[in-house]
Amino acid sequence: MSQAVPYTIVIGLEVHVQLLTRTKLFCRCPTTFGAPPNTQTCPVCLGLPGALPVMNRRAFELALRTAVALQCRIPPRTKWDRKNYFYPDLPKGYQISQYDLPLATNGYLEIADPAGRFAPKPIRIRRAHLEEDAGKSLHDEAAGVADSRIDLNRAGTPLLEIVTEPDIRSPLEAKTFLSELKLLLLYLEVSDCNMQEGSLRVDANINIHIPTASGMVATPIVEVKNMNSFRAVERALQYEAERQYVEWQATGLTKENAPKQTRGWDDQAEVTVAQRRKEESSDYRYFPDPDLAEVTIPAHQIERLRDEMGELPGALRKRLEQQYGLDAYASDVLVNQGKAVVAYFEQVARQCGDARRAANWIQQDVLRVLNERHIGIEQYPVAADELAELLRQVGDGQLITSRAREVLERMVQRGEKLEQAIAALGIQSVSSNQLRELCRQLVEANPRIAADVRAGKRQAVGALVGQAKKRNPNVNPAEVQRICLELIEQSE
Amino acid sequence: MPVEINPALVRHIAELARLELDDQLIQRLASDLAEILAYVERLDELDTESVQPMAHALDLTDVFADDVPGPCLERQEALANAPKKDGEFFLVPAVL
Ligand SMILES: [Zn+2]
Repeated sequence: MSQAVPYTIVIGLEVHVQLLTRTKLFCRCPTTFGAPPNTQTCPVCLGLPGALPVMNRRAFELALRTAVALQCRIPPRTKWDRKNYFYPDLPKGYQISQYDLPLATNGYLEIADPAGRFAPKPIRIRRAHLEEDAGKSLHDEAAGVADSRIDLNRAGTPLLEIVTEPDIRSPLEAKTFLSELKLLLLYLEVSDCNMQEGSLRVDANINIHIPTASGMVATPIVEVKNMNSFRAVERALQYEAERQYVEWQATGLTKENAPKQTRGWDDQAEVTVAQRRKEESSDYRYFPDPDLAEVTIPAHQIERLRDEMGELPGALRKRLEQQYGLDAYASDVLVNQGKAVVAYFEQVARQCGDARRAANWIQQDVLRVLNERHIGIEQYPVAADELAELLRQVGDGQLITSRAREVLERMVQRGEKLEQAIAALGIQSVSSNQLRELCRQLVEANPRIAADVRAGKRQAVGALVGQAKKRNPNVNPAEVQRICLELIEQSE
Repeated sequence: MPVEINPALVRHIAELARLELDDQLIQRLASDLAEILAYVERLDELDTESVQPMAHALDLTDVFADDVPGPCLERQEALANAPKKDGEFFLVPAVL
């Protein structure tokens, strides 16, 4: 897509996802978030001498499930390595990670924008590997406290690191990729993806390519950290691309003659700030962890995971469009709400017999309530079969749309059942005989209007519709109009 | 392929290991390390043409534990060996 800037942005992402296990990756300490500090530790995750790590079966399966869903190449065997560095929140002096035999490589995830701001494209996944988290360091910057405090509850929690190729060409694409990845992980039920609790963390590598008279120039790559929301990622990358352009104009520094840099996003100031890092720290001296056995991945295990995977967002969007005739926008909105909303929609659509009406009502009326109340569809007061029955009555002409909205509103606000709400609002369905009789009376009582209509002023019938609604608010205006016109023509 | 163990390399390794070494010790360690590596390099004399590469000395794979919580240490126990603590946290010289 066209950009108003004289350069191309090149972005790769590194995403750390905390897997939904009950216990840590190599010991059986719980992973409960928010436990009092240093109450979820044992000799293994404290790095005490003689303790031995044992791989969490569930963590491995969740990682593998994700790798399969990301269409990755999965090797027949994989191993774990020690990544050596010193930091106070890393008690062993090394992190158990995966270096040269990660459990997944060469995958991809498709991204698209329903608003068409970029063309649909696959973002390649370079690798995904399973590793342990570090503990937490707390720095009390105020009060001049000299010490940092360390909480090791999080040390050893399973993380899946997912690294993309530098295929992302704009901050919007980066944000879209992250939303799509998060949605996929939620569908797979491998992570809760809660960014506030650190279950999903994002780092980005970014530089820009500038066409010049002497060929394409690439600026030094910058790794951006500390982005705490997808919105922050988008803004940090926007800022950083522009900053690199300005800096290149001033210094002429390129990827070839300047080292990679790390910068942190300051959400308040809306700038990236250079972080100091020792050159030595990138020398991790990986070697295979002798305490952990290799893991073999037989082909039938991958097949089984593929079979059990269920429908994923990309395929689901297409099915909703094909099976129910929804437009791309509507299917995107529903799928992005998660599996439970899609299931709710499908039940309403099936039972009311009009999928587009079901999609419209869910988008306009149901999702509004979910957003206002910050609840999931499970807590929505109106069950799918009740909404379906309401919409069926709208489709039959038994209930007019405006009254149906009042009924739904009442069901939501007061938790009433459909019948109750209809009765409480004094809505009685009008039988076709009643309706015909009402129209006959109106035509008879208004000979001038009938004459106008016969003379070709068909819109004059509107006055009869108005009168009908006054006499009985439950009548269907379109029906009244149709019957009145019919009666007037018959009486000619 | 033998690596030349010079004082600069020893200094780099010491830095990574957070060891503070004086110049005299660095000289001695350089020759010690060179000797040790030369000794280990004798393994290169073995013909490994027909041996499968391996990441682990044991013929053992797929060791797993179930995802079921077990006991943790009491906090006082966990903090017991720390040189500095405040009853809740490990305390370390300020980082960052
Ligand atoms: Zn533990």
